[in-house]
Amino acid sequence: MARELWKGNEALAEAAVRAGVVAYFGYPITPQTELLEYLSLRMVRLGRTFLQAESELAAINMVYGVACTGVRVMTSSSSPGISLMQEGLSYIAASEVPVVLVDIMRGGPGLGNIQPSQGDYFQVTRSCGHGDFRPLVLAPATVQEGVDLVYEAFDLAEKYRTVVIVVADGNIGQMMEPAEMPPMRDISTEQPDWALVGADGRSHRIITSLFLSAEKLETLNLRLQAKVQRVRENEVRYREHRAEDADILMVGFGTMGRIAQTAADMARQKGIRAGVFRPVSLFPFPSAALETRSHQARRILVVEMSAGQMLEDVRLAVGKDYPVEFYGRMGGVIPLPDEVFDAVEKIHAEMCHD
Amino acid sequence: MTEVTEELVYQRPESLTQVHTHYCPGCTHGTAHRLVGEVLDELNVRGRTIGIAPVGCSVLAYYYFDVDFAEAAHGRAPAMATGMKRTHPDKVIFTYQGDGDLAAIGTGEIVHAAGRGENITVIFINNAIYGMTGGQMAPTTLEDQKTSSSPLGRDVSIAGYPLRMCELLATLDGAAYISRQSLHDVRHIRRAKKAILTAFKTQMAGLGFSMVELLSTCSTNWKMDPVESLEWLRDNMIPYFPLGDFKVAEAVKEL
Amino acid sequence: MHQSIVVSGFGGQGALFAGQLLTYAAMDIGRQVTWIPSYGPEMRGGVARCTVIISDEEIGSPIVRNPDVVIVLNNPSMEKFREELKTGGVLVVNSSMINLPAERQDIRVFNIPGNDIARGMGDVRMTNMVLMGGMLAANPVVPLAAVEQALRDHLPERRKHLVEPNIQVLRRGYREVANY
Repeated sequence: MARELWKGNEALAEAAVRAGVVAYFGYPITPQTELLEYLSLRMVRLGRTFLQAESELAAINMVYGVACTGVRVMTSSSSPGISLMQEGLSYIAASEVPVVLVDIMRGGPGLGNIQPSQGDYFQVTRSCGHGDFRPLVLAPATVQEGVDLVYEAFDLAEKYRTVVIVVADGNIGQMMEPAEMPPMRDISTEQPDWALVGADGRSHRIITSLFLSAEKLETLNLRLQAKVQRVRENEVRYREHRAEDADILMVGFGTMGRIAQTAADMARQKGIRAGVFRPVSLFPFPSAALETRSHQARRILVVEMSAGQMLEDVRLAVGKDYPVEFYGRMGGVIPLPDEVFDAVEKIHAEMCHD
Repeated sequence: MTEVTEELVYQRPESLTQVHTHYCPGCTHGTAHRLVGEVLDELNVRGRTIGIAPVGCSVLAYYYFDVDFAEAAHGRAPAMATGMKRTHPDKVIFTYQGDGDLAAIGTGEIVHAAGRGENITVIFINNAIYGMTGGQMAPTTLEDQKTSSSPLGRDVSIAGYPLRMCELLATLDGAAYISRQSLHDVRHIRRAKKAILTAFKTQMAGLGFSMVELLSTCSTNWKMDPVESLEWLRDNMIPYFPLGDFKVAEAVKEL
Repeated sequence: MHQSIVVSGFGGQGALFAGQLLTYAAMDIGRQVTWIPSYGPEMRGGVARCTVIISDEEIGSPIVRNPDVVIVLNNPSMEKFREELKTGGVLVVNSSMINLPAERQDIRVFNIPGNDIARGMGDVRMTNMVLMGGMLAANPVVPLAAVEQALRDHLPERRKHLVEPNIQVLRRGYREVANY
């Protein structure tokens, strides 16, 4: 399969098609809408299910219904729409059914704007709904990486029977880059032993998130936590750029990881040893790898399109005594490479001064 | 010695499980469950039916039906049913929802499911009160009816008017069969069963959205004994929520 | 080689398509590329611009503060990018629509009457291709032939009849600057 130029949103949609998604439900919201539009034709032509829901609330519950029957299903939205989906996500997590969700982040809070943002970090990694659960969260930085992660997300969702969120800022949804599509997978005809498919020849199966006895609900929670632990042990992903000898290690995900990469190259030209650590899995956060890398660096600079949300995970990873600086912009403003470079240079000057 | 012969005239439908329910004495949920169970048996679809339980008193309905069942978030059962039916058109999908679930928090989902003509069946239990949370005002609570959150009686100048969901949904082109029945006496229970049968047949024939509203009692929260409850339903609810078919598509008439 | 090119104009002037075409051409000859639009709520009449990055190396940031090359199709774009263009950069100006001066001595400016040429060749909607041709002469980031081939390869089937006219206009724009 040759490399083709793909718009991010459409590439993510096609990757889901190739992963064998059987049904898509969604609601229009910028800057995610092309994903829905693309599937509105592609899914129908393939004889699969596409439905534009009356709200994100309905969309996530349609997804929930399909997930209960054990077939591949997804939805996508952007920040305010994800907020609306939180109810469903919590039920889905408690019911332990596999669901893939794509979040193309925009500026907030409130209606905010439609410019790129990373202000959903807390929402997707922390506050994705009520109760103790953690979705698996993957953050691509390029269109190709987005394609690969969406393709794999369905396997991960089924492996752990969990919610997998692929989260990208509006840049990645809107930009075009060459990408190579993975092969088309057959729709699986296997029925998981928990799926609701009709109780023919057996007693009924129930999928519920209601456990009236505290002990039983604790048992569910312990199982969810054990799952979280397995995810932490097995699904950590990150990328590095010139990190092996960096004095100043920038940490940024998605588009900010790329901008930091350019800033690092600018710094190297000025003789400053800067590098980048880019978490790809936001949950599980690559804490151990970052902690290890921090021993060799002297300073960490976290860069985000937010007030500093991932910053908290970085601080948790490296400890309170490690010097961690932050540079971020909010409201849909993208920190440009020269701004990030200036922040690196400032830290470098302070280090020389020390 | 005379020979005794036994003839089985009444038994638990196969579509129901053999367990005690948690419903209060005098509650009509048991009657509604049984009617649905009998219909599923008669249509011989137990093995390919998926039910969706609401949030409300019937939240545990999945224990009482021996069919595959999912539990929805409050009001979202029609959305879940939509997803299931769209991907599994060969299955029989029904939701079982109360008045708070369907006519308050889930109005968006029910209206759009009906509007799209989703080929699902909805069993709507209207007892004019929130039962599970302890007797608060429902969207179908009658004018002047006292509840724990309308202690002076429902004042329509403040709380607005009760919603008539059958009349509302019957205006939608996607609705194929919409009927309101009552469970307050045997004669009406028989009619209710017939309506439920028609609703499921409507779905199986692929004719569109079907809903049967069942006027029901809540002795506990109405603070009446079971017989008084049945009488109160008859005397107060039926005048505001008239019984009958509100939408019968041409194709449904031919079933 | 690492170059950032901005194409900017009103919605409907073909800025986004011109940028995409350049991106296709560069990709097809084996370069790393990114194309990113600035997007707003307007469907028509608003600002439409895109940033294209063409590089031999993996591309980090897909956006830049000071682009290397800018094609401006209207006055608002001129006002913005005559300031933001990098020192030593190339500014390709649609002089049919732009009366603002470049006001800088540290850049190379090429004025091309894009609308007039395109109209003269049959369709004012090909203005973007006139300017793109001119840009390729001023700044041969990819060969003209690669852009022509990209037109042949990537224009959707229902627009195939536009390939030849666009190639002619592209060449005319190229000559406009080559003979500058």
